[in-house]
Amino acid sequence: MDPLDLVGAEPGPARTILFDGRPVPALPGQTLAAALWADGVLAWRTTRSGGRPRGAFCGIGQCFDCLATVNGRPNQRLCLLPAEHGDTVTTQEGHGHADLEV
Amino acid sequence: MPTSKSEPGAGRGGVYDLAVIGAGPAGLAAADAAAGLGLRVALVDAGSRLGGQYYRHPAPELGAARPEKLHHGWAVFARLRDRLAAAPLVDHLAGHHVWAAEAGLPGDDAAPWRLHATRGPGAGDRATVLARAVLLATGAYERHLPFPGWTLPGVVTAGGAQAMLKSGLVLPGHRIVVSGSGPLLLAAASSLVSAGAKVPAIVEATSYLGYARGLPVLAGNPAKLAEGASHGAVLLRRGVRLRRGSAVVEAHGTDRVTAVTVARLDARWKPVPGTERRIECDALAIGHGLVPQIELAVELGAETVTGPDGAAALKVDAQQRTSVPGLWAAGETCGVGGADLALAEGVLAAHAVAGRPAPARELATRRRRRSFAALMAAAHAPGPDWTGWVTDDTDVCRCEEVPAGEIRAAVTELGAGDARTVKLLTRAGMGWCQGRMCGPAVACLSGGGTGRPDSRPLSCPVPLAQLAAPREE
Ligand code: FES
Repeated sequence: MDPLDLVGAEPGPARTILFDGRPVPALPGQTLAAALWADGVLAWRTTRSGGRPRGAFCGIGQCFDCLATVNGRPNQRLCLLPAEHGDTVTTQEGHGHADLEV
Repeated sequence: MPTSKSEPGAGRGGVYDLAVIGAGPAGLAAADAAAGLGLRVALVDAGSRLGGQYYRHPAPELGAARPEKLHHGWAVFARLRDRLAAAPLVDHLAGHHVWAAEAGLPGDDAAPWRLHATRGPGAGDRATVLARAVLLATGAYERHLPFPGWTLPGVVTAGGAQAMLKSGLVLPGHRIVVSGSGPLLLAAASSLVSAGAKVPAIVEATSYLGYARGLPVLAGNPAKLAEGASHGAVLLRRGVRLRRGSAVVEAHGTDRVTAVTVARLDARWKPVPGTERRIECDALAIGHGLVPQIELAVELGAETVTGPDGAAALKVDAQQRTSVPGLWAAGETCGVGGADLALAEGVLAAHAVAGRPAPARELATRRRRRSFAALMAAAHAPGPDWTGWVTDDTDVCRCEEVPAGEIRAAVTELGAGDARTVKLLTRAGMGWCQGRMCGPAVACLSGGGTGRPDSRPLSCPVPLAQLAAPREE
């Protein structure tokens, strides 16, 4: 049994997102966080001071642990964003604005 | 029911008779009943689909033929959803996150309530909803008690694991330990195993002996017992072991969780030395029950009561009226008690707002379920010595990475005696989540108890551009 079998899900064809340059399938209707979980990926940022890995914790938009850079925009909550074909997700380091620093 | 996601400005229809904030069980039942009594209703909700967290379900694109497999009481939701879809008096304002409520004069069209909502990141993504009365049906959020390793990837909240499963049909791992306290653990574990995960153990901190003191209350709530028994049957069939009077005191791993240490607890929840056992797993789902989400009302000065579990809830009268004129509350905001109670209170509130007598059936449900809720809250209240498993280098505030040692030093060396002072000294609770994840734990470690409600001027993050934009009138 898997979750899709349990509810008799028949989604359309998977889309493809890119996680750190690697293609990952995403079912239509899944969030970016769900697509990454389904692929066995649990972490997509490192913390600002300790550099520790983090991923989704609350799953509903409240904890902000699931932040990552999406299509070049840092600090996006992956548990809230629907996965669109061609989305690029990049592991976010710290506050995600390192490229803006001089 | 017209659904609105995009139109800007002051709602679609001038001043509503009632604005319901939250589209979970309490809000759905209230909107349905209020429309049935002839009120024009705005059902304002942060989510994109009706149902809140309890009735959270897969996006239609996932083509789930049997969404009810992941739910209790799905038929109730399906009926409410269908009735609301056909109700011309209800506008569903989806994706509207209310960040502040400005009190109005009850019943006064010239000075109505103003609900300020954000709909996205852009400067124009703001909306104001006007209404003669407001019903707060915002539900609850989870309570978490930290332990070493709880920030590792693969450690997720029990509610989060359920939410991701219900909406995205995914699991965080294959072998998932479930740990914490309260009935949500049984519900979460039973969904996880039904969806194919192995659950090597449910680790419940209380002994369940607390329920023995409430036998008459239990006897009056056969439906709650049946619900518990149906989770129990699923878990038994899959060989899931319930360890009572125990807690996960450490999660192991470097980049993700690989195992946990479980220890027995004494009556005060202090880990008993020498009882530790290691359980291998690739995910851990944690939660210590729910805390009412009431900041919009607290900000308006609404009176609260402290429940048997130490959490603050809104004080309401027999009509579900808060102490703020024109502001009503139903469901978990009045004390966590489950979906049936929320449905009943939503109906009661709608009748009261419409000036109609309270229906007897809902009155009876409220009476029974409120006593059950009190029993449950008392049985699962965190024991005072849980802080014994929090080492000084355990991060308590996940956002700002503030370890317990810093919080303890703020208390013992700098003399902080409450969560607010600790926050100012250490930044614990000042990060993105605004203390939602660490608030109860920080309050306990500061010696301030958990009963004092947080006061926040904004109930969720709002883009500055929206705050700065001139008021549209
Ligand atoms: S997982 Fe908590 S905000 Fe996304």
